[in-house]
Amino acid sequence: MSGNSNAWSRARRAAIFCQELLSNPLAFSGMVIVTILFMVALLAPVLAPYDPQVIDTYHILEAPSRMHWLGTDSLGRDCLSRLIYGSRISLLVGFVAVGIATAVGTVLGALAGFYGRWTDTLIMRFVDIMLCFPSIFLIMAVIAFLEPSIWNIMAVIGLTGWMGVARLVRAEFLSLRKRDFVLAARISGASNIRIVFSEILPNAVAPIIVSATLGIGGAILTESALSFLGIGVQPPTPSWGNMLTEGKDNLEIAWWLSVYPGLAILITVLGYNLLGEGLRDALDPRKRQR
Amino acid sequence: MDFLIWFGKRLLALVPTFIGITIISFSVMHMAPGEPMSLQADFNPKMTPEMRQRLRAQYGLDKPLYVQYGKWLKGLVQLDLGRSFSPDRRKVWDKIKERLPVTILINVLSMILIILVAVPLGVWAAVRQNSLFDQVTTVLVFIAYAAPAFWVALLLMLYFGIELNWLPVSGLHTLMGYERMDAWHKVLDWGKHLILPVFVSAIGGLAGFSRYTRSSMLEVLRQDFITTARAKGLPERTVIYRHALRNALLPLITILGLSIPGLIGGSVIFESIFAIPGVGQLMWSAVMARDYPVLMGNLVIVAVMTLLGNLLADMGYAAADPRIRTGIREEE
Repeated sequence: MSGNSNAWSRARRAAIFCQELLSNPLAFSGMVIVTILFMVALLAPVLAPYDPQVIDTYHILEAPSRMHWLGTDSLGRDCLSRLIYGSRISLLVGFVAVGIATAVGTVLGALAGFYGRWTDTLIMRFVDIMLCFPSIFLIMAVIAFLEPSIWNIMAVIGLTGWMGVARLVRAEFLSLRKRDFVLAARISGASNIRIVFSEILPNAVAPIIVSATLGIGGAILTESALSFLGIGVQPPTPSWGNMLTEGKDNLEIAWWLSVYPGLAILITVLGYNLLGEGLRDALDPRKRQR
Repeated sequence: MDFLIWFGKRLLALVPTFIGITIISFSVMHMAPGEPMSLQADFNPKMTPEMRQRLRAQYGLDKPLYVQYGKWLKGLVQLDLGRSFSPDRRKVWDKIKERLPVTILINVLSMILIILVAVPLGVWAAVRQNSLFDQVTTVLVFIAYAAPAFWVALLLMLYFGIELNWLPVSGLHTLMGYERMDAWHKVLDWGKHLILPVFVSAIGGLAGFSRYTRSSMLEVLRQDFITTARAKGLPERTVIYRHALRNALLPLITILGLSIPGLIGGSVIFESIFAIPGVGQLMWSAVMARDYPVLMGNLVIVAVMTLLGNLLADMGYAAADPRIRTGIREEE
């Protein structure tokens, strides 16, 4: 394989892939949602009409109005501003937690798939056992002993969510390790580490990216559920989950506190899921015909 | 006989998984920084180092880890999970035992709801692939996947509980006058209280299961024996419900088994929202109070329930598919 033709075919494949992604309406709308969310999170100080933490006792629990588009909470804080700043939390949690899960899952899955035999048995047994725990129970049990800081939460969500990736990567490695190009690399004297990381892994990247994208939505949902239960991101830091706790406490008098943060979560998770499904279709030639 | 042997093998295979579950539960609790005793002791200003040492000895925390694990495992097998740290100091298993039936009831009801609704939805969507119905359900599934369950619960409470005042929004039964109701009205009262929790816990499963049914059905409809059945001139109804659906349902049994941890995990959320005294609520209050024996007991019991649920699903699969129990397909 000469470097030049390799680069050329890679560029062509990338072009086909982008075209595929843009022509898929689901993926396209997912991409638009995710892009807007990134912008909102980055430009939060510019976009937010008020400081999200400033208490205003003269305007407590006000319904949406021209002054406060999405109303105010029980401390008179502006909901729209809190919603905008909350997007930073969900973005951070989504990416860091999934990053951890993907890294752990990829390494363990690669080890299991590449070495096979008892390494495989051991790791896959471990995966089976981890899957017996309803993840929220496991997460809650660990969090009970930690400070409920956002970093701990991201770490715990990541460390309890790697099993799917591990299975996926293992399956990819099992089917790839017997291929000719791996044999060629071995004959030319490449070390195991080199074969795993620079020969096999690049060929398994596509499904990993798809599952990571779909995982971001799941991680955001988990964080919001934990924050809602009071064991996630702690107030006064605004997160969509702990805003909903406020909504639940004032359910009978302030409906806007329950509606909008949930809507924000729904749209965000929908965005990542649409993008993930679109990526899967674009990356999998068999799926295109269906 | 075949079935018995198969069942015995399955049961044996559960033993290492069970031991794994106990090891993980045990180490989760002991690897966490700051051992449970210190959490309790730190809040007590009168705690002297000697007292702390005595408490540690009382709970066996001064022994090496494998001794502690052995002791705990021995207790676990006899359903002795220690005593709660909370002021009532009740046995952990008693606390869990009285809450299990409610959680199991709601999860079983929502599973029944999932099967009754999601299977027909999936079949119709597959039979009318790319129709308006198919597209609408696809969109709904995407939304149901992305909506946080606790938010849906809040919206339902807001609409059916507060706006329309049709359904109660918390607890398992009416507080006032429940004792004086006759049996029929008691059941009715329970039913009314269970509608929202069961629906909320079923949403995710409804979305997932209708999707799986659809793709499983599409897979089967493409196969040769369906073409044969049609070519024989069988009516389309018979082809779809007798020939296709039966085969499409097989993989779904496994998926139902795999969805059990998610269902049980969901109980934390809907039980704390609807104030239902189940295992999930117990877990939540144990986390809030850092009640370490209850946490550990809950974690193990829930994992074992998942394990048993998977075994049930496996048995269902074997009962439905003779190839499994006669051993023609031993693995996967």
